[in-house]
Amino acid sequence: MERREFLKRIGLTGAVVAGSTVGALLLHNRPVLNRSRYKTLKSYRIALNSSDVQMAIAHGADLDAMVRASVSEMGGIQKFIQRGDVVVIKPNVAFDRPPELGATTRPETVKAIIQLCKEAGARKILVADNPINQPESCFYKSGVKRAAEEAGAEIVYPYPSQFEDLYIGGEVLTSTWPMFYGPFKNADKVIGVAPVKDHNLCYASMSMKNWYGLLSGSRNQFHQDIHGIISDFPHMIQPTLVILDATRVLTRNGPTGGSLSDVAEGHTVVAGVDMVAIDAYGYELLRKIQGGEGPDTLGYLEKAHARGLGNRDWRSQVWREVNV
Amino acid sequence: MKITRIRLISQIFFFSLFLFFVFVTEFSYLKGYPVSLFLEADPLVAIATAITTHSLYKGLLWSLVLLIPTLLFGRIFCNWICPYGILHHLVGWLFNYWNPKKRIENNRYRKLYATKYYILTAMAVAAILGSLQIGLLDPIALLFRSFAVSVLPAIDMPTEWVYVRPHLYQLSWVVGFLLLFLVGMNLVIPRFFCRVLCPLGATLGVLSRFSLWRIDRDPDKCTDCDLCLTHCEGASDPHTNLRKSECFVCMNCLEDCPHDAIHFKFLPDLSHEVTSPDITRRRTILAGLVGLLFIPFSRRSGDLTKNFNKMVVRPPGSLAEPDFLERCIKCDQCIRVCPTNVLQPALFQAGIEGIWTPILNMRMGYCELNCVLCGQVCPTGAIQPISIEQKLGIGEFVEQGPVRLGTAFYDRGRCLPWAMDIPCVVCEEVCPTSPKAIFGRDVTVTTRTGETLALRRPYLDPQLCIGCGICEHECPIKDYRAIRVTAVGETRSTDRKFLLSR
Repeated sequence: MERREFLKRIGLTGAVVAGSTVGALLLHNRPVLNRSRYKTLKSYRIALNSSDVQMAIAHGADLDAMVRASVSEMGGIQKFIQRGDVVVIKPNVAFDRPPELGATTRPETVKAIIQLCKEAGARKILVADNPINQPESCFYKSGVKRAAEEAGAEIVYPYPSQFEDLYIGGEVLTSTWPMFYGPFKNADKVIGVAPVKDHNLCYASMSMKNWYGLLSGSRNQFHQDIHGIISDFPHMIQPTLVILDATRVLTRNGPTGGSLSDVAEGHTVVAGVDMVAIDAYGYELLRKIQGGEGPDTLGYLEKAHARGLGNRDWRSQVWREVNV
Repeated sequence: MKITRIRLISQIFFFSLFLFFVFVTEFSYLKGYPVSLFLEADPLVAIATAITTHSLYKGLLWSLVLLIPTLLFGRIFCNWICPYGILHHLVGWLFNYWNPKKRIENNRYRKLYATKYYILTAMAVAAILGSLQIGLLDPIALLFRSFAVSVLPAIDMPTEWVYVRPHLYQLSWVVGFLLLFLVGMNLVIPRFFCRVLCPLGATLGVLSRFSLWRIDRDPDKCTDCDLCLTHCEGASDPHTNLRKSECFVCMNCLEDCPHDAIHFKFLPDLSHEVTSPDITRRRTILAGLVGLLFIPFSRRSGDLTKNFNKMVVRPPGSLAEPDFLERCIKCDQCIRVCPTNVLQPALFQAGIEGIWTPILNMRMGYCELNCVLCGQVCPTGAIQPISIEQKLGIGEFVEQGPVRLGTAFYDRGRCLPWAMDIPCVVCEEVCPTSPKAIFGRDVTVTTRTGETLALRRPYLDPQLCIGCGICEHECPIKDYRAIRVTAVGETRSTDRKFLLSR
């Protein structure tokens, strides 16, 4: 055997032996669970003075005018959205229902807000939700897909790759939870747009409950502490602006509805930054329409108020009310 | 242009068209595409369902479009149009790069190739007695099913190209490995499925006896070199008297012949062909006997009657089980189009006759209230194309009431508010009817530590329940749900009723 071949063969076997040994030692006893640092949702809120308007209520019949009036009472859209911003709009598109049934955010409301953001110079507008029913058909039948795309926004569907574990550190969401984080990753501003709906377990689904649509995983176990989980949402996310659309109010058989007779006109749109205050107002309105059903106050409003996550006494803040 | 080049264009076109239809059989893209066209043009589907139902459903008239060319030119479908045949051809082209000598030996006719005629015989006899089993091996149904249940979910896994929420299919691996096996067999016997198993090929083989054109060898020019067998797809003996029933009309022999001795000829000499399939009467009778016994063997299990399986919840608009089995060809287009992933291929849940037929598995999904897509794409009417109004029992269908798939029942031993004094009622939240079929009663209970607790406990109103299964789907007791939908009370059956009033 030639020396060259001898060295080559010995060297090759030696390299494989050395490689396996190094590889095995590197992998040996690595931690079973990979506990890397988890991300959190940043705050999308802008700084407001206590003398600024915290909540603006608009009544009327023209939805677009009501949205515009409420936002303008808040100080105008330019106060919240800057030129070049990437904005995420989170409607409630939980169910595969036509908009008339009041189970989802009205497409006209979504459209009006997208237009406002465009006027403020937003660079990119994303509309995202992780519905209970099949996502594509929810966005399609609720009319939100069409309205959003016509107005120049982009729908982000809850593909598996859009989800990430985020650290919440709340009362019910104590640690981390898989969340629909994709659209928020590069967002500058976040706007929540929720309808007012009756709810079988927590009495009312409004701007706070809307954020349930960011949760993934076994989220149906949170009904075991429904008020606890909803009161975690203002801790979990601080949106730039919240719109509560109380024009087509689902008054019973909620949160799904299913009949036109379950829906009543509320003639109201509310804009604001404090979700607890907004929902406190929304619940008063819902009870009025329902004829005084349900408890005087809601468990999750009490909890969130007590945790300092908002102010359920909405009248104690600076607020405006206009008719258009 | 060479004739095989034209064939190649046809193959690429039809295979792409099939893939396109597979892809658009989906909520967002379906629109008005005639996605069932391949199945509707499939003469085996038309003939077999005509045998079982004595009628030709909707688009199945398209089968004439394939029947007539077969009667003129022979089995051109097999090598020009059939997407499954094209797949096998492609695999053979990619992997069977042997020397010409081995190729010639591989393409000689074998007795084994008559098997498909016996399979067809058994299936036809079973069809006469009311059981439609052709879908197990019909190439279009088989390929569509393989794509719907195995291939598309596999493609979606790394890419997310197919679904927003990943679809999962029970037995996906069985259907997938069956596809791999049948495709892989090309390396052992070229065109194994087409030559040995395909009942559609057998049907066309029988019909091709009437064809006016066929491959014909000129014995004066022929030097018996056998080179015409080198690329013969059908193993139809072009080097001697052509086996007409086996020829796929691939035209390869025309180009492989160095002496220009082979032509595609109009009204050739009948004494130079083997007109009929190579089957014997005794074996045909034996095959018929298998088909004959299939019915009593399967039906005496009681799977359709007394012993029907509670899990066999059928899609909305489905016919009663015996009528359903007369029509369902197991193509699984309904399973592909179902947006919630609730439709799943059965194995033995619906008896041996119901293999690969669609059933609802509420752990995978639920039946979407405002959706009737499954009936829209069903090519044979096993699932009727009902409207939303008909499904919901509104408008002119108020009298009939909604289409019920089954009924939900509580298992109070597993239900959180019932068994463990823990609040929940997700089932009530998601119940889609108005008023909700699931309702709550607020109670105050004393816990084991003596505290009082306000609790909402769920009940079911059977008059309102439509069996959609979203309650079961959303129940947090994930392994064995505390509310479950079973088939009893389904609209399509009178003998599975249990309530006097509905």
